[in-house]
Amino acid sequence: MSCELSRTTVHGYIDGELDAVRAAEFERHAEGCAECRVSLEQLESLHRRIERSQLYETASMGLRQQLRRDLRGQEPDPSTRRWYVMPVLAAAIITGVFWLAVSLVGTHTHAAQIAAELVDAHIRSLQPGHLTDVESTDQHTVKPWFDGKLDFIPPVGDYSGEGFPLVGGRLDAADGRTVAALVYGRRKHLISLFAWPEKAVSTGFSSSGSSRGYQWLMWHSDDMRFCLVSDISASELEQLRELIHP
Amino acid sequence: MLQPDERLRFEQLVLPHLDAAVNLGRWLLRNRADAEDVVQEAMLRAYRFFGNFRGGDARAWLLQILRNSCYSWLEKNRPLEAMTEFDEETHQRPAPDPESLAVESDERERLTRALEALPVRSREVLVLRELEGCSYKEISEIAGIPMGTVMSTLSRARERLERELRGAAKEVSREL
Repeated sequence: MSCELSRTTVHGYIDGELDAVRAAEFERHAEGCAECRVSLEQLESLHRRIERSQLYETASMGLRQQLRRDLRGQEPDPSTRRWYVMPVLAAAIITGVFWLAVSLVGTHTHAAQIAAELVDAHIRSLQPGHLTDVESTDQHTVKPWFDGKLDFIPPVGDYSGEGFPLVGGRLDAADGRTVAALVYGRRKHLISLFAWPEKAVSTGFSSSGSSRGYQWLMWHSDDMRFCLVSDISASELEQLRELIHP
Repeated sequence: MLQPDERLRFEQLVLPHLDAAVNLGRWLLRNRADAEDVVQEAMLRAYRFFGNFRGGDARAWLLQILRNSCYSWLEKNRPLEAMTEFDEETHQRPAPDPESLAVESDERERLTRALEALPVRSREVLVLRELEGCSYKEISEIAGIPMGTVMSTLSRARERLERELRGAAKEVSREL
């Protein structure tokens, strides 16, 4: 190989790490450079091979349970608290804090369970032909499509100006109900935005995490629950959330 | 010691990245059982030092702690491997026994063996990119290398992986 770009820049390009100007420059170069085109093809096929082989390994149930026990064990030693001074009050406070903690952890654990379902839904949608039921970059085509298919209307925005173009929409399922899924693009990556109605869980509820290499970000607003899922970075998901609910 | 509300914050921010930690640990140590031990220890370490977490990317913060624990573990248990730099070819593929050769016809097994044959530092960057989906900036933060080095390391790691895969394909065809 003699073309330097086919060994270096092509990686930045395929990983979506070049800025728009450099990406365009590289595309122009690749049109006339057979080596770069071969490199691109090889990298894409390697990426697909890795993706198809499902090499990602997740934590065992045993480790999860062990960690939960470990974290509890690291709580401050109760004997150091001066609860014996006012046993009744102290007991009441401890019980109160405990229930608050349990309900909050419950909310977030529940969120993580739904998020895991949504990550699965997102991965399924990446199979050929499953991405969108309605394919359009026009929000005025996508929004009416949901009419009559759902008992609620999801907010549909297009953020191409900010680098998140609308790709389309589809119906999906999560938490035992039908949910709306909007698809946005980000460079070469895809983002699913899931939305379904739900009465407020707790004010300002927001939760995030990762599962099988995908990031998710969940929040609640206007009696609806929203969840973004993608393989882009958490900060970019935050950026999109800011656009959806400034 | 952390108060209950801090534990809650830890459970919300850091614990959801447990899978990411297990995955990186498994690929750095090339063994699942060892990885789970090291992850458990690293997670408790992260919990003790949670006060130092300044907000921001919790996944990168946790993975940074985890990979340091992994390298300490390697230094202690497999010192030769931990010393291998990005380019060195000192790491030998374990000689394939007939049984594993038979299984190698399986694509997943083939990729696993090829990936495990990479020097640990290249493997780390490749796993963070291809499996964990990290940006170059996140990789640079986690692995403690400059942004510019991320792209060149990835380039060499992918080239090496292709080579390993071609080698594996030859071995199989020789066997058949």
